[in-house]
Amino acid sequence: MDTAETNSTLKKIQVQRFKPESDPKETYMTEETGIWSWLTTVDHKKIGIMYLASITFFFFVGGLMALMIRTELWTPAKTFIEANTYNQLFTLHGSIMIFLFLVPSVPAALGNFILPLQLGAKDVAFPRLNLLSYYLYLTGAFIAIFAILNGGIDTGWTFYTPYSSTTGGAVTTMTFGIFVIGFSSILTGVNFITTIHKMRAPGMTWDKLPLFCWGLYATSIIQILATPVLAITLALVAMERILGIGIFDPALGGDPVLYQHFFWFYSHPAVYIMIVPGFGVVSEVITTFSRKHIFGYWAIAISSLSIAFIGFLVWGHHMFVSGQAALASMVFSFLTFLVGIPTGIKMFNWTATLYKGSIDLKSPLLYIFGFFFLFLVGGLTGIVLASIALDVHLHDTYYVVAHFHFVMVGGMVMAFLAGLHYWWPKITGKMYNEMMAKIACGIIFVGFNVTFLPQFVMGAQGMPRRYFNYIEQFQPFHQISTVGSYILGFGFVMVFFYLVKSLFRGEKAPANPWGSRALEWQVASPPPLHNFHHTPVIVNGPYDYHKPMEEFQLGLASSGNGHGESNVEVDSSDEEQIHAE
Amino acid sequence: MANHSTSTTKSKFLQHHFVDSDQQFDAAKMGMWIFLVTEVLFFGGLFAAYIVYRTWYPELFTMASEELNTIWGGVNTVVLIGSSLTVAMAIKSAQLNQKKNIAINLGITITLAAIFMVIKYFEWTHKFHLGIFPGKFYAFDGIDHPKANVFFSLYYLMTGLHGIHVLVGMGLMIWLLIRSLKGDFGSEYYSPIEMTGLYWHLVDIIWIFLFPLFYLID
Repeated sequence: MDTAETNSTLKKIQVQRFKPESDPKETYMTEETGIWSWLTTVDHKKIGIMYLASITFFFFVGGLMALMIRTELWTPAKTFIEANTYNQLFTLHGSIMIFLFLVPSVPAALGNFILPLQLGAKDVAFPRLNLLSYYLYLTGAFIAIFAILNGGIDTGWTFYTPYSSTTGGAVTTMTFGIFVIGFSSILTGVNFITTIHKMRAPGMTWDKLPLFCWGLYATSIIQILATPVLAITLALVAMERILGIGIFDPALGGDPVLYQHFFWFYSHPAVYIMIVPGFGVVSEVITTFSRKHIFGYWAIAISSLSIAFIGFLVWGHHMFVSGQAALASMVFSFLTFLVGIPTGIKMFNWTATLYKGSIDLKSPLLYIFGFFFLFLVGGLTGIVLASIALDVHLHDTYYVVAHFHFVMVGGMVMAFLAGLHYWWPKITGKMYNEMMAKIACGIIFVGFNVTFLPQFVMGAQGMPRRYFNYIEQFQPFHQISTVGSYILGFGFVMVFFYLVKSLFRGEKAPANPWGSRALEWQVASPPPLHNFHHTPVIVNGPYDYHKPMEEFQLGLASSGNGHGESNVEVDSSDEEQIHAE
Repeated sequence: MANHSTSTTKSKFLQHHFVDSDQQFDAAKMGMWIFLVTEVLFFGGLFAAYIVYRTWYPELFTMASEELNTIWGGVNTVVLIGSSLTVAMAIKSAQLNQKKNIAINLGITITLAAIFMVIKYFEWTHKFHLGIFPGKFYAFDGIDHPKANVFFSLYYLMTGLHGIHVLVGMGLMIWLLIRSLKGDFGSEYYSPIEMTGLYWHLVDIIWIFLFPLFYLID
């Protein structure tokens, strides 16, 4: 490190070690208690927990719908619900899972809680805006529920015109609900980008930024660039229904393919909103449990950004059979293959991180291993679907359904569960039952594969998606899939129960149960109301496991202003209070 | 970046999670710029629709554009550009700590915005009289083109969305006016004025694109 004489931009500051309290008396949960303080809180941790509670609720609602869909498909004809109810169920299953669970799952719930802690900040840049995001999310959700009760929607989650602009039901209300939720997502993105740029602790340069933050950064870029387009698109669908403006309706001189272009310009990048933060979780968990520096820090950080970038150029691959120009299809197909490159870079780097690591197979890492296998299958079948000729055959079959469930559930939900288990001690201050967590992970993994592997086979054989009736040759596949969905559902319920149980009966969690070097583990569990009693100072990268723990617990010795200095030279020799552990 | 003083005394408007008002100001400014990016994309969808339909029906756009009053559109353009100047002057007044001028400039900006909306109101109602309604309510036979409603649907959507933004900006500036009369703003603290000013410039720029695209193509 340069000295102050050779580089005048360096500033000398004095630091000392702040050991996290092992049994904190005052935490964010014990200060400012009562229901009203929760509802009006601007604390990012409480907002994160409110998100977590909400998405858990919607996950189980959406999951229940999935189980009903699968049960209905037990027999080729009607099993227990009407065809119209079935249409509404799969629409709502998709809408709820995407807009109310997946999009906010890692960024808004875990990200809200962890991001400022990882940056060494007291809060996100705009705490009140953060609360507004949550209430917009909730308002949108209520509008959506109102739409479900008041007519229902049977368009599928994609709201394709002209069907969506002419069908009955509460499509206008539903699109308005999603419009509002979209603004929640946009404001979260604005907040996170500003937070990452402006709120980093002294010494936290871009090359010391934890990869979870890089993941959230890439996600936020997608959120701010793509979501406004969805908002205006859904507003146009609503206008089409109210005023008959005819932008998308061919009967009025409009173009339904234009709708698909608009919709997928958002919704394809949105797929990466749902997976890139999961990548961030993987990097955190894998380094912590292999006690090793991440292999290829910049490769992983930049590949998140490149996925965000390429993600904006591939929307046309949803429209290979929608009548877009053949040349456009070829270009989109080629660009789609490109997504495989940064994703592959990530997979190889993660695997290389494990190599010769001191691997501790705790449940978060087990979930990540599940992620590896399932996401690999999901990603590779994505390459298959990106090939135009194959896609023409596979388009709108169960193959597509299986593909995106492998990516979204096998990828994102597994990563989300890994992150939830990983940060659970930090969030709640309690340890869950490790054995139960491992068993549940196994059940979810098995249940997931039993549910969705048969769908690849029947999809390749021509079973179309969304159908209420099907021909008898597909019945064994559907039945295996249905049985698998029950196993999967049981696994999720099990996770819910042992996590809730840990709140009441769990052991007290130490500040750093996994021995991680990341900054969020250098405060008490659960953290104090304003995260840090001191201003943290960063001298090492978040994955420098070869450096001693005390170097990761430094803070300004005097309560001065250390923020905004990107180049600091730490002089800990004067006031050093470092002791060997 | 921040032009205001970097004194160490803590402003009463400094929020707890910022270290100093510089950090607070920088964060607010960056957040606002990012928000403006989302606004551009929000309008971007409509501009894309405009491009598609103009390529499909070029003759319709030149024909229908004649129904729009270029004079009043031009007046509105001047009014809005003027209001951008006055909002910038309000920010400058704040930087120079001329507290009275902040309120005066904000007042002029609000008046100009109101003039814009009044002219817009007369333009719209005039068209409604002729039977030019958006979408399926379109009932005007002065334009000999089967898809004439598409042009006016786009016109109403884009100027309407822009009008909503003008109204939001007016609301924000009334709030700023009240606060500036209370003496909240000065060279120490003026980020709400600066942020609203940025927003207002965006509203202005969108109009600068809308005006030629709808009024001047004939």
